[in-house]
Amino acid sequence: MSTLALLFLVLGLGLIAWISARVRASRFVITGPASQRPHSLPAYHAWYVGLWVAVPALLFLAVWASVSPGLVTQAVLATPAAAELPSFGMERAAILGEARALADGSIKAAFNPKATALAPAFAQALGFYGTIGAVVALLLAFAGGAYAFTKVKPDFRARTRVERLVMGALLIASLVAILTTIGIVASLIFESARFFSMVSPIEFLFGTQWSPQTAIRADQVGSSGAFGAVPLFWGTIFVGAIIAMIVAIPLGLMSAIYLTQYAKASTRRWVKPILEILAGVPTVVYGYFAALTVAPALRDIAVAVGISSASSESALAAGLVMGVMIIPFVSSMADDSIAAVPQAMKDGSLAMGATSSETIRKVLLPAALPGVVGGVLLAVSRAIGETMIVVMAAGLAANLTANPFSSVTTVTTQIVQLLTGDQEFDSAKTLAAFALGLVLFVITLLLNIVALRVVKKYREAYE
Amino acid sequence: MENMTETLKMTARDVSVFYGAKQAIKSVSIDIDMANVTAFIGPSGCGKSTFLRTLNRMNDTISGARVEGRIELDGEDIYASSMDVVQLRARVGMVFQKPNPFPKSIYENVAYGPRIHGLAPAKADLDRMVESALRKAGLWDEVKDRLNESGTALSGGQQQRLCIARAIAVDPEVVLMDEPCSALDPIATAKIEELIHELRGRYAIAIVTHNMQQAARVSQKTAFFHLGTLVEYGDTSEIFTNPREERTKDYITGRYG
Ligand SMILES: Nc1ncnc2c1ncn2[C@@H]1O[C@H](COP(=O)(O)OP(=O)(O)O)[C@@H](O)[C@H]1O
Ligand SMILES: [Mg+2]
Repeated sequence: MSTLALLFLVLGLGLIAWISARVRASRFVITGPASQRPHSLPAYHAWYVGLWVAVPALLFLAVWASVSPGLVTQAVLATPAAAELPSFGMERAAILGEARALADGSIKAAFNPKATALAPAFAQALGFYGTIGAVVALLLAFAGGAYAFTKVKPDFRARTRVERLVMGALLIASLVAILTTIGIVASLIFESARFFSMVSPIEFLFGTQWSPQTAIRADQVGSSGAFGAVPLFWGTIFVGAIIAMIVAIPLGLMSAIYLTQYAKASTRRWVKPILEILAGVPTVVYGYFAALTVAPALRDIAVAVGISSASSESALAAGLVMGVMIIPFVSSMADDSIAAVPQAMKDGSLAMGATSSETIRKVLLPAALPGVVGGVLLAVSRAIGETMIVVMAAGLAANLTANPFSSVTTVTTQIVQLLTGDQEFDSAKTLAAFALGLVLFVITLLLNIVALRVVKKYREAYE
Repeated sequence: MENMTETLKMTARDVSVFYGAKQAIKSVSIDIDMANVTAFIGPSGCGKSTFLRTLNRMNDTISGARVEGRIELDGEDIYASSMDVVQLRARVGMVFQKPNPFPKSIYENVAYGPRIHGLAPAKADLDRMVESALRKAGLWDEVKDRLNESGTALSGGQQQRLCIARAIAVDPEVVLMDEPCSALDPIATAKIEELIHELRGRYAIAIVTHNMQQAARVSQKTAFFHLGTLVEYGDTSEIFTNPREERTKDYITGRYG
């Protein structure tokens, strides 16, 4: 039986259980004094039984779906036909994959004759484990249903039980996100550890030479790459934390001040949505704007004023466009923190005879500063993780330079570079991407923690 | 003190205030003089704060608020176009219901007004003004050793006296107080009331309160507001012992409000 059919069968059983429990519970007498009335409405009994039918069976199916392929493969390998297989590597995996596809009917003919030979064994194992899975799932559904159905009595507290089941479901949903995060971090750490077994962390973190292009064969020139990531860290900071912020902080802050302090409600009504649209533009669109419009224009300007070394991919182009992209972000964080300064504070200043701009400069901004700083840190963490704009506009050359017209490269750009194209999954070159990812992850995590701390402290100060 | 010549400081004539289409104050006329503390009493929502805020044009900061009638400070129309609001508010200071010190040091809080109005050419002058304002507000002895600590770290009562010090640091002529004790405990309240006694005569003072005993204790003139109108205005002793209006009597004896 296919997994999909099984899924529908279980859900169908759940529905039948739901209906019959409801019918049964609605027969309970509902007259009489409150203390003798049924504890829960029929719908709760129905959900209780329905969930008992569906949930254990579905959970089992989920687990089974992840274990059974392994069991199937093991069973196949135990058959005599498997003796023909090459003992390792790509070919073995390819043959097994093909045989499995033949067996479940997703391909008609195999390229490799060995796969054809294995297919019957596969078909048999698949059928065997499929049947086991189906039988166990159905048994669970019936057992759960029977157990729950016997409980449907007037004084049974189905309502509280359903509440607990709902809580459990929500808990599981949140665990999925947490487990995924843990999994991703674990794989980053694991792959980075492999990288650091080939390249010393000292060289990686403090070296200033970056040329990861290792040769395929050991006897070629340049067979060992250089993995000093400082130029990438510098490029990332230069573009994301310096140039972009020089653009985004003043513009974002000023637009927030204008919107909260000066704009009329009617102006606010159309300016804010436009800012939000700016935040919704896909970064790849900013990317080609940076690469096709801003970068050439900047190079022409630079050449016109006599900077002949100006490159058509420049830190400035990427930084400027990234700054524009970040404006709505800074602006909305600043907007929130300025709006959170109590009106009383502003009144206090105005009542002293301060003008609006004096009040903003001397009272509102200092009071909102922690919130603004928190917002800026979050913006920086976004900017340094941003990929498309720098890939398209900043360049690939790992230059350690403070010249905004020259091309630089960033951590994210290099990760993309290292992982696109043909890969060997155990070369230092590929693994370097994980180490870079880990560094980026740690830095953005720290920035986020600090920023949220700051913002929270500041919120507390006014509550 | 009772015989001191009553020098009129502010006069309000037929003042009406609107929030949009809604009228919050209806044709109120009142005088504020140097010698006396004037108390505004009345049930909440009757327009006491609104009226108080017309006296230093703080209603200008509320969009949709509109003031009609004539209010004079030393014979000058404060709503005339020739009147500079910034200057006016330096002459007519204000203390709010909830203490609202700036999140700055105690020193900087008091120095705020003198700084923005350019009253202290040298650091020594500023130091002197800060000390004198804190002394007048009765706070100097409590804070003189920690002028650099944040004003928001003081207790509620101290914060309110800091706000009073901040208001009088620019040497205003009138001080408006909007329920300055409503967020304070009885001991802090007593200190503020004592302070009002000491400041009387030096500044023309108007205070909003909904605590009748407080009005009786600190003021010499009382104005009773009800639903945006001025019901009765006169000597505090008269109003509390022998009100002319039935509504005043009901309010004072606690029949409503
Ligand atoms: N900013 C405002 N916008 C609109 N209506 C207001 C505003 N402030 C006060 N009001 C209204 O004006 C009336 C008087 O308010 P207020 O002066 O605060 O009364 P009080 O200080 O005596 O309690 C109330 O009805 C109140 O709802
Ligand atoms: Mg009020």
